[in-house]
Amino acid sequence: MKKSEQVLAPKDFATDLDVRWCPGCGDYSILANIKKTLPTLDIPKENIVFISGIGCSSRFPYYMNTYGMNTIHGRAPTFATGLKCSRPDLSVWVITGDGDGLSIGGNHLMHAMRRNVDIKILLFNNQIYGLTKGQYSPTSIFGKRTKSSPTGSLDYAVNPISWALGAEASFIARTVYSYGDHMREVLRRAADHKGTAFIEIYQNCLIFNDGTFKYATDKELRYDNILELKHGEPMVFGRDREKGIFLHGLTPKVIKYKEAGFTEYDLLIHDEYATEPTLAFFLSRMRHPHFPEPVGVFRAIQKETYDGMLEQSMREAIEARTKSFQELLHEGETWTVT
Amino acid sequence: MLPEERKTTHRKEVSTLDHVVIRLAGDSGDGMQLAGLKFTTASVIFGNDISTFPDFPGEIRAPAGTLAGVSGFQIHFSSNIISTPGDELDALVVMNPAALRVNLADLKPNGILIVNQDTFSAKNLKKAGYNQNPLEDDSLRNFRVYPVSITTLNQTAVESEELTFKQINLTKNFFALGLISWLFDRPLTSTVEWIEEKFKHRPTIINANIKTLKAGYNYGETTELFPIQYHVPPAKMDPGLYKYISGNEALSLGLIAAANLAKKEIFYGAYPITPASDLLHELVKHKEFGIRVFQAEDEIAAIGSAIGASFGGLLGVAGTSGPGFSLMTEALGLAVITELPLVVINVQRAGPSTGMPTKPEQGDLLQALFGRNGESPLPVIAPQTPGDCFETAIEAVRIAMKYMTPVVILSDGFVANTIDPWKIPDISQYEQIEVQHPSKEILKGSERFYPYLRNENLVRPWAIPGTEGLEYRTGGLEKEDKTGGVSYDPLNHEKLVKTRAEKIRRITKDIQIQKVEGPKRGDLLVLSWGSTYGAAYTAAENMRKQGFSVSNANLKYLNPFPQNLEEILQSYEKILIPEMNLGQLQFLIQARYSIKTTGLAKVQGRPIQVREIQNKISTILGVE
Repeated sequence: MKKSEQVLAPKDFATDLDVRWCPGCGDYSILANIKKTLPTLDIPKENIVFISGIGCSSRFPYYMNTYGMNTIHGRAPTFATGLKCSRPDLSVWVITGDGDGLSIGGNHLMHAMRRNVDIKILLFNNQIYGLTKGQYSPTSIFGKRTKSSPTGSLDYAVNPISWALGAEASFIARTVYSYGDHMREVLRRAADHKGTAFIEIYQNCLIFNDGTFKYATDKELRYDNILELKHGEPMVFGRDREKGIFLHGLTPKVIKYKEAGFTEYDLLIHDEYATEPTLAFFLSRMRHPHFPEPVGVFRAIQKETYDGMLEQSMREAIEARTKSFQELLHEGETWTVT
Repeated sequence: MLPEERKTTHRKEVSTLDHVVIRLAGDSGDGMQLAGLKFTTASVIFGNDISTFPDFPGEIRAPAGTLAGVSGFQIHFSSNIISTPGDELDALVVMNPAALRVNLADLKPNGILIVNQDTFSAKNLKKAGYNQNPLEDDSLRNFRVYPVSITTLNQTAVESEELTFKQINLTKNFFALGLISWLFDRPLTSTVEWIEEKFKHRPTIINANIKTLKAGYNYGETTELFPIQYHVPPAKMDPGLYKYISGNEALSLGLIAAANLAKKEIFYGAYPITPASDLLHELVKHKEFGIRVFQAEDEIAAIGSAIGASFGGLLGVAGTSGPGFSLMTEALGLAVITELPLVVINVQRAGPSTGMPTKPEQGDLLQALFGRNGESPLPVIAPQTPGDCFETAIEAVRIAMKYMTPVVILSDGFVANTIDPWKIPDISQYEQIEVQHPSKEILKGSERFYPYLRNENLVRPWAIPGTEGLEYRTGGLEKEDKTGGVSYDPLNHEKLVKTRAEKIRRITKDIQIQKVEGPKRGDLLVLSWGSTYGAAYTAAENMRKQGFSVSNANLKYLNPFPQNLEEILQSYEKILIPEMNLGQLQFLIQARYSIKTTGLAKVQGRPIQVREIQNKISTILGVE
């Protein structure tokens, strides 16, 4: 990928369109952090493309002064796949939401990840349909009361990280809209990753689902409810880092390890690079309120990308070409009429 | 002794015909398609003009001997230039009772019917729904029936080779081919060469196939069964180098040609679907010509990826058939409003819904024109012959890139699978396709780039990612004029809806004017579109030969229509529109020009035949 010759600043990525999210929407913070991250990536602005589907989150490309396309509902990964497979020199980002990416677009999200197309997929998860004014989404908790489920929804919720693991995405992470430094670090890691990067970003919908992620955003509650993953380090959390994750058979358990007479090194150690997704899957199943919810990088493995392999096969075929197009037309059984 | 050596020593009567239509039919496993293709090759090398059409069963492996499992291959060969695979059959070869039952209705009275009588067992007759053996009950008295023990004769011919029972069974199509090669005086050389090449590492198979091929030929010559041999002299073809080509192959080659002429890579997104999968199979072989092929997870992803490629500066192409085309609808609308170049190929099949996947129809015309939400006009063009598919692909790419618009190619299962001789074009004689991507220079010092500022053709610039200073956003929301920003302004919306429509309308000035064959004014015009051309032309030509004032015109451009079309329509007393649907072009013509027309609608999953059009013309003109 081409290196940027200019030093860019967050303001270079602003457009002249008014940002039309509701005041106080979690999307503002994500937008600001992405604008702060991009100048640190050393990628020229003109080589960055944001592609979105439909929904509140999908207005995003209009607010970034890069190339961008706001496509149709759920299909952003298909446009991004076609673009990246045609122009591997570009840095391609998909902006989607829980409805766009996991409901109408679940199929495409899955296939982009399993192909390992080198695109960065940011899924803004607010567990609600915002733009259509408050129906339950695939990530809404079971029994959620909304306009379309007045007596509580009958849908079991999708677990986005488990989904991404099932589709064998090569980079999977979670962050929270209000975690500035953490989010920027995760975004940088995703940008550096070669292959599909899937990031679930918890986002608060102030109007239709306010406070859903309070356990993660509240400075006090956060200590007991969030586990920050760090590669090679034991899984410790709590205000005094007194609690940890201990594997009991095949089941993770929360223990107050110090009280129980253990050290940090008796706890589960995080390994982002594990070839098998087993550990990451355990982590993806740890949900509030039964467990602290992990944030950070669940998995980061290396494998060939679809676009990279396609590009290589194209170059090889073009270099090995021995015939002209006219000669191609003459191939096969021919006869002359005089 | 090779058949050619005996040419001067015919012992039987030879009858010369100017054209013959034959069909070979049998079980899917009987190798009728292969035998048909080899007969075709022998015919083109001999110098006839030919047109062929395969008729596949819908099921991949229908139970043997059943009606559902019958596969056929029809060949029209002639000493004149022909443009259809033929209507009624002069000769029919059937390998089992089911093939007889499915195909007999197409055989002419007194037509030649060669039957593999070995297969007419009680069990097979029952599977085909016969209560009595038609070979014994006189029901075939209107035909010239030749019962031949093809299975037994084949077994005898190959018995000296060590073959399994299954292998023996697989050679019997060559016996049948040998027999009809004698009957219609076709040389065996090309088939023998093909067998030797195809099975070059399996000498036993080569020997067996060649032995039975010659046994079939010699059987025709020596048995008393066949008193007459038929001869169709070579046609006077336009001089040049030829090959034979199907519509799907020609479309694929046309796309590669267009990539070549535009010096652009093509991105082809597709999901497997009958009868369009051949395009995917063919294009994936040609990476070396800059064709990137992506087998998507569904048709939505196929078109989405193609639009993504076009946004990035390649030419996106998506190929499919009816149901897949329905799935592409929403994304086509996005290509309309973003104004990105794109070619979508719909190889139509009989619908609605899954319909009859292997059977042709022209039922998607109105869908192609109007099947999107909102006002979303786009150019639609249809190829008329297999060779014309090549030209159509190039034209679609040219229009898409010149006018920044999606273009729909409406092919169909008939033109896609028809195989015609094709005079190989000289690509150096084609005009290059000009493509421009703006650079920072377009800004002329100003800071602001206007991605929707239009040229004299109302076309916006095709700026592509990677170009410094031209970063812009596009998408499905209505755009502000010129800037491309989001706008809900009522007058802006109306202006842009009208502008996008006007841009497409103006393309009429940039396409060929409509050609008419026959008198420029007269009693009747046969107005066809797409693959109905061959039958419409032949019917009109036959009527002209009989002294009637009948002209014909075949529409390739369905949207916009050619600018002289109205004038043409007003030059005839009556207009007949034959099409493989319930009158969709007729609907368009009547709505657009307020002209009364007569339709000839056929929706049987089969092409319209010459005689059907001719009969209709006769009725309209009041002749017997």
